[in-house]
Amino acid sequence: MSELNLEIDGRPVAVAHGATVMDAAVKLGIYVPHFCYHKKLSIAANCRMCLVEVEKAPKPLPACATPATEGMKVHTSSLTAKTAQQGVMEFLLINHPLDCPICDQGGECQLQDLAVGYGKSASRYEEEKRVVGAKDIGPLVAAEEMSRCIQCTRCVRFGQEVAGVMELGMIQRGEHAEIVAFVGRSVDSELSGNMIDLCPVGALTSKPFRFVARTWELARRKSVSPHDGLGSNLVVQVKQNRVVRVLPLENEAVNECWLSDKDRFSYEALASGERLTRPLLKQGGEWREAEWQEALECVAAGLKKAGPEVGILASPHSTLEELHLAGRLARGIGGCADFRLRHSDFSGDGRRAGIPWLGMPVADLDRLDRVLVVGSFLRKDHPLLAQRLRQAAKRGCQVSVLHSADDDWLMPIAHKRIVAPAEMLAALRAVGEGPIEESLRSGKNVAVLLGNYAQQHPQAAQLHAAAQALGHRVGFLGEAANSVGGYLAGLPAGGNAAAALGKKALLLLNAEAELDCADPQAAIRGIRQAEFVVALAAFRPASYFADVLLPIAPFTETSGAFVSTEGRVQSFHAAVRPAGDSRPAWKVLRVLGNLLGVSGFDYETTEQVREECLRGKDVAALLSNRIDLDAISASAAAPSGLQRIADVPIYFADSIVRRAPSLQRTRDAQPPRAWMNANVLRTIGAAPGHPVVVKQGDGEARLVAALDDRLPEGCVRVAAAHASTAALGPMFGELTVAAVAVGKAA
Amino acid sequence: MLSAESLKKIDREIAKYPPDQKQSAVMAALIVAQDEKGWLATETMDEVAQYLGMAPVAVYEVASFYNMYNLAPTGKFKLTVCTCLPCGLQGSLDAADHLKSRLGIDFNETTGDGRFTLKEGECMGACSMAPVLLVNNKKMHDYMSNEKLDTLIDELSKR
Repeated sequence: MSELNLEIDGRPVAVAHGATVMDAAVKLGIYVPHFCYHKKLSIAANCRMCLVEVEKAPKPLPACATPATEGMKVHTSSLTAKTAQQGVMEFLLINHPLDCPICDQGGECQLQDLAVGYGKSASRYEEEKRVVGAKDIGPLVAAEEMSRCIQCTRCVRFGQEVAGVMELGMIQRGEHAEIVAFVGRSVDSELSGNMIDLCPVGALTSKPFRFVARTWELARRKSVSPHDGLGSNLVVQVKQNRVVRVLPLENEAVNECWLSDKDRFSYEALASGERLTRPLLKQGGEWREAEWQEALECVAAGLKKAGPEVGILASPHSTLEELHLAGRLARGIGGCADFRLRHSDFSGDGRRAGIPWLGMPVADLDRLDRVLVVGSFLRKDHPLLAQRLRQAAKRGCQVSVLHSADDDWLMPIAHKRIVAPAEMLAALRAVGEGPIEESLRSGKNVAVLLGNYAQQHPQAAQLHAAAQALGHRVGFLGEAANSVGGYLAGLPAGGNAAAALGKKALLLLNAEAELDCADPQAAIRGIRQAEFVVALAAFRPASYFADVLLPIAPFTETSGAFVSTEGRVQSFHAAVRPAGDSRPAWKVLRVLGNLLGVSGFDYETTEQVREECLRGKDVAALLSNRIDLDAISASAAAPSGLQRIADVPIYFADSIVRRAPSLQRTRDAQPPRAWMNANVLRTIGAAPGHPVVVKQGDGEARLVAALDDRLPEGCVRVAAAHASTAALGPMFGELTVAAVAVGKAA
Repeated sequence: MLSAESLKKIDREIAKYPPDQKQSAVMAALIVAQDEKGWLATETMDEVAQYLGMAPVAVYEVASFYNMYNLAPTGKFKLTVCTCLPCGLQGSLDAADHLKSRLGIDFNETTGDGRFTLKEGECMGACSMAPVLLVNNKKMHDYMSNEKLDTLIDELSKR
């Protein structure tokens, strides 16, 4: 298609058909002032700030909404354009309060900046300004000073178009127009924090950051998110050696300009009182603080005593360097190390052709036209990957789902199969004959994506093979920041996570056994039977199983790298100094390596560790989703009791988010309930809201029953990774539920 | 909950638009709902939203934009006086004052007996017949002199 040639401020530019004057100006690097225009949102043209003069047009036109035409001559700073822009600015400032000195947006406010360029030094307006009441829309986004709002509707459009749910709207009209959530509701989207970035004024600001610092006091450091497999790029903002805010670092190939709330607000945990800041030793059943030297010698002695009987359980949220050293340590002393703590099926080990990964670059998700997502709580496990698929769906991609729960993904779903956990494999094999396969076959750019749930499933390897057998491209949605990195670091080494739990000595790297493992009961049994347990942790653990606790630095206090689910190695530096006496975990592992006499543990920097880890490896060539596995019969003994469907709630997925206070106040962080459909509720004789006792293995949990009629028959959805359900057994398995007589419950 | 009859009326409105654009019927659906309930409670708007597959706040946007939708209960008769400029120049403000003193209420208030609510309205497209007034959104009265207003009030008081 030919291009359009036009001229802006005397400079020629060629743009594609359908482009706007704003697009052309951006291409030339000419700045046109604007508020409501945003490259990722639809065009509203309601702020009128981008008025420009177009020759032969009788009036100034909004650059954001005016299509470029052949031969157009545009002036962005002619007298007519300037006068129009200044006029608009005067109107915008009429009702805007003069409270910049107490406004959190001050210093990074588009209105403030543009008022300097286009506003007058004094206002001609002498009448009363309008006042808009404060709103409480949840624990993350502050809407306390809505008088500052200039009605650009970016937040509304973000909800509709990106988050997939319209939670804010503009009610009333004219002078009475205001942004509200529907009567008394809060904004619960897992992407809500982006509205703060989008708001060009100080109307929507960050609640946790409220009145903490002025933006010009902050040092900015680049970093990478330690949470989900996407590896969102971050700007970590620091004041006086404390992380006070996290913003997105724009990277079109990874997180675009967005961040999930988990990535954005988890920093609050870093400075929480729950940090472990001194090494602790258990002596005679009592904890006491110790010096590093003493603690490390104690650990070395404990591990030496166990000889090769050492198991290392490393969190997949650890850095590449930490995982590499954990693997080397395990190999050096003959023990075993693994990072796949929530996995329960390791029969695919040695059968895979490479490291399981997304199967395509993240940016290609937008371009899929047919996709089947197998076993994933997509929105909560991967908020931004879900956002990518939502955009794809908007462009006509048919998204199909095979899963055990039918949560609303806020995007059109073409076909869905909701089956009990034990039927997942049979259902996936049967996809080949159903409408889902018809949908997949009709596409050009097709993928079958396996989510966290499919990877944690007790038949994970068979599910992988069955997905491959469908004959389309297979991809894995990376569970954690280093789900690919762990394999790259040489893990599992000497045995898998389940095997590690049987060893005489255990080293927990950043892992909270009862919350981060596939089977908390087995994990705790493993810890109890171990003679020596050392935990490297950034936070004080919920339960003190260990013999030694070593304080380590979270991602903001150490350098390292995460390898995202698309195989992108992203390194980062420490943003602040480690809190108290804590040390970067790679240094702790290095010293342990030396004390245990493992050779070659003389690293000076993380760069050296990384260099050794990646030397001679072509990451792209190591990634492969091929698996060579004989299909086993799908129908194992049909479970007789109720089957557990366990999700990992978004704000309990790792040790950092669990301790982020504002995230813990959101709707998504409400305590887990025992969800079941009406039939199951009737069978056990409970009503929604009634207390029930859930028993699994030798443990039980007291929960509240809740109704979700979209759940399959014979299933109860009970979340994992939460203190209230940590006494239960494996994430997949049978459990019993009994109603508690309401009168006797107390 | 809206009655089956109302839902049938809403279905008829929905049928006027393509199946994937059900939300086009939102204004008509809100009118039907208001005719049944007298006003639009949060739950009513929620129900309309769910019926049309829209976000509740999007329905609220529409309901709050147009002032013929009642977001709070009104009296038995809602009197809406146009106070836009042409009407205002031809005495609608005096007519409004007369109503206020006769009923003893201000705009947006309801008489103690729950019979009358007084509202300020926007242009009704009948400027030449000013002052104009609407009763319960449906019946328009024009050339409203004080005498005609009194007659109207007397008549409505008896109903």
